Amino acid sequence: MLREARVAVSVALFSLITFYFIDFAGLMSGDAANLLARMQLVPAALTASFAMLAGLAVLTLLLGRVYCSSICPMGVYQDAVAWLSKRVAKRKKRYKFGKAKTVLRVSMLAVALAIFLKFPLVSGLIDPYSAYGRIAANIFRPAYMLGNNALATVFMHFGSYTFYKTDVFIASVFSFAVALLTMMLVGYLAWRHGRTYCNTVCPVGTALGFLSRFSIFKIRIDASKCNSCGVCEMRCKAACINSKQHTIDSSRCVGCFSCMGVCRRNCLTFSPALPLGKAATAREGSPAAGNAVDGGRRRFLTAGVAAAAAAPAAMAGERAGSPTGATRYTRQHPILPPGAVSTDNMLRHCTSCHLCVSKCPSQVLKPAFLEYGLAGIMQPTMDFEKGFCNYDCTICSEVCPSDAIKRLTKEEKHLNQGGHVVLNRDICVVPTEEVSCGACSEHCPTQAVTMIPYKNGLTIPHINTEICIGCGGCEFICPVRPFRAIYIEGHAVQSKAKPFEEQKKEEKEIDSFGF
Amino acid sequence: MDRKQFLRTLALAGAAITVKSKGGMDLMAQSQGKKPVDLVAVMGGEPEEMFRQAIEELGGISKFIKKGWKVTVKPNIGWDKAPELAGNTNPKLVAEIVRQCFQAGAKEVTVFDHTCDDWIKCYRNSGIEAAIKAAGGKMAPANEESYYRKVQLPLGKKLTSTKVHEAILDCDAWINVPVLKHHGGANLSISMKNYMGIIWDRRIFHRTDMQQCIADVCTMEKKPVLNVVDAYRTMKTNGPQGRTTADVVDTKGLFISKDIVAVDTAAAKFFGQIRDMPLENVGHLAKGQMLGLGTMELDKLNIKRIKLG
Repeated sequence: MLREARVAVSVALFSLITFYFIDFAGLMSGDAANLLARMQLVPAALTASFAMLAGLAVLTLLLGRVYCSSICPMGVYQDAVAWLSKRVAKRKKRYKFGKAKTVLRVSMLAVALAIFLKFPLVSGLIDPYSAYGRIAANIFRPAYMLGNNALATVFMHFGSYTFYKTDVFIASVFSFAVALLTMMLVGYLAWRHGRTYCNTVCPVGTALGFLSRFSIFKIRIDASKCNSCGVCEMRCKAACINSKQHTIDSSRCVGCFSCMGVCRRNCLTFSPALPLGKAATAREGSPAAGNAVDGGRRRFLTAGVAAAAAAPAAMAGERAGSPTGATRYTRQHPILPPGAVSTDNMLRHCTSCHLCVSKCPSQVLKPAFLEYGLAGIMQPTMDFEKGFCNYDCTICSEVCPSDAIKRLTKEEKHLNQGGHVVLNRDICVVPTEEVSCGACSEHCPTQAVTMIPYKNGLTIPHINTEICIGCGGCEFICPVRPFRAIYIEGHAVQSKAKPFEEQKKEEKEIDSFGF
Repeated sequence: MDRKQFLRTLALAGAAITVKSKGGMDLMAQSQGKKPVDLVAVMGGEPEEMFRQAIEELGGISKFIKKGWKVTVKPNIGWDKAPELAGNTNPKLVAEIVRQCFQAGAKEVTVFDHTCDDWIKCYRNSGIEAAIKAAGGKMAPANEESYYRKVQLPLGKKLTSTKVHEAILDCDAWINVPVLKHHGGANLSISMKNYMGIIWDRRIFHRTDMQQCIADVCTMEKKPVLNVVDAYRTMKTNGPQGRTTADVVDTKGLFISKDIVAVDTAAAKFFGQIRDMPLENVGHLAKGQMLGLGTMELDKLNIKRIKLG
């Protein structure tokens, strides 16, 4: 019963958050949807959301680490992989009790916490929510879009535009590689050993483990009935049941309840306490156990080293894509998403979960490479290759669960200056070709770029950086290649743009046709 | 082909003027039926009523749309702007055209534009998507290159081929429904400029000589059966996007013709009453006339002017 309930809840929450990430059409939005990300532990900690943190603490103190089996999408992903491995395995899959890797766990948590306070991004690499977000954004989302495009093609064939095609691309090769590696590594561990990641690397799992030791409800073994048959242990993907000793390490138990139904003698209960005298308290494995060699861990570390070795190659590949030439400009500073406040705020809050990147309807946000420096790798930055920032859109600021992008109203957004326009008249087509263009001004919502009379009835761009908000419309559309004649220079600290002068509407009476 | 037609119109118009100057007009009208109207200009009233009156003068929509046809209506939906800001064609007008197409027996009516802002927002916030769906038409996406197919433009001077949306290529007839507005680059955006929403790559226009490219793309063999210029609200400054309603004048105008150069010339002259806009500055008009797309000489056309209460 408990297991079925857990499966139902986890499938529901997992599907919802996954769909939230891959939903390019914006079918899922609003505060209720945002809650899916905000209820994750790391974002809750980053926003210092007392209500959310208290809620999760109470949940864990009451029921144990059920968070790991239902709320955490990475946890459910591993369960799905483990379930699949069981379905395809030739032999019946059996888990075995493993000693707690306390030293590894605690040191991972300590490292994560230490970095967390300064650069959440680095700990964001192992934060299960952010890591899963990157997988969803980089791998599941493009796959979903390709499926959609195939469907759209079929429907179009029959004259229906019910589905529309969408541009599928990889915004950042580096981020894609990180996501793929994470997916493969965590997936491999889950395939072979169940919840190894959660009980070795995951800082959230370790933190919750401290609490779940003291939780009121726990799975307990009635030692007086137990004959150590081991059937529960074989089902335990967290490897926390020691059937010989009749103990369960509740700091590692993820509350999946898979063991509950299989005991033929009904010795397992999920209850506040066993009747006195029968209590078999769970004991932690000795710290020395951390030294025990574990195949999975060794492989994990090897793969980690391999990944680290491969990263520079991936980085180099990306760098090669940037243009070179005489009139090239290099942005002095990357452009922060509107509402990010400052590079500093971004560095201190963003775990690069890629939710903003996934949700940006204009495809203007992309994971940075080294624009913010090494510490800000994969954090969102504005890139005007695929689009520009919509004047009225505040979606990234609404979805960010970590306050790396602070919520903006439409009116605030209209004045949020994240960069300013720079015009290179030397290569603008109007003077060089003596033709009309005006593409930049056309896309400028504040008319920080206007077209003023030039000669022969032509108009030429003229810029006013004070009222520019750095949306990138001009840079996106500028037809000059290989280097654009107009571009946005980013600001390290966002400021308030001067509001453009609003003219009064004049009533103009026109009562003849004019011809 | 169209040029031939155009020349014939010219000759007829010329003849008509000659006849008129001799006072024989009434007699002619009686003996040969009414001389066809080349262009209708309407002022005052609401968009639906304005179009109804105008199309009536041209002999009704069924002169242009036949039973069982697949029709495409191409408004300007370029910007994520509400109708009051006049960045897009008036949704009431577009819906009325769609309804009339269905009344004429059209099998289906498709509406689309290759937008500048995010297309979903443009379709929604322009009010056009809702109005079209209510009228029974369908909105086609135009956000992705695979919706476009390459078309040769043998008459083009600088633009000799371009990718055009399948909704234009695969329909039996299309109606061009631009909004009249100021444009920072082209100076004015009307019917000819509205072609930039049926093609995929616009940057090449901006790069190559936009005024010539606009005229060139209009030489595409498949011409609109009708150009309907919405000037119910006119963006006079900061076009084509505009910032606030201060950029907008409530002009309540509508211009409709098969001749794309003529209808744009008429609309440009109308615009010239709001602010100075020499026709030479709207270079694509003269370039269009040179390519035989129509005439800027309005005096030679039979223009019907209607003022509604």
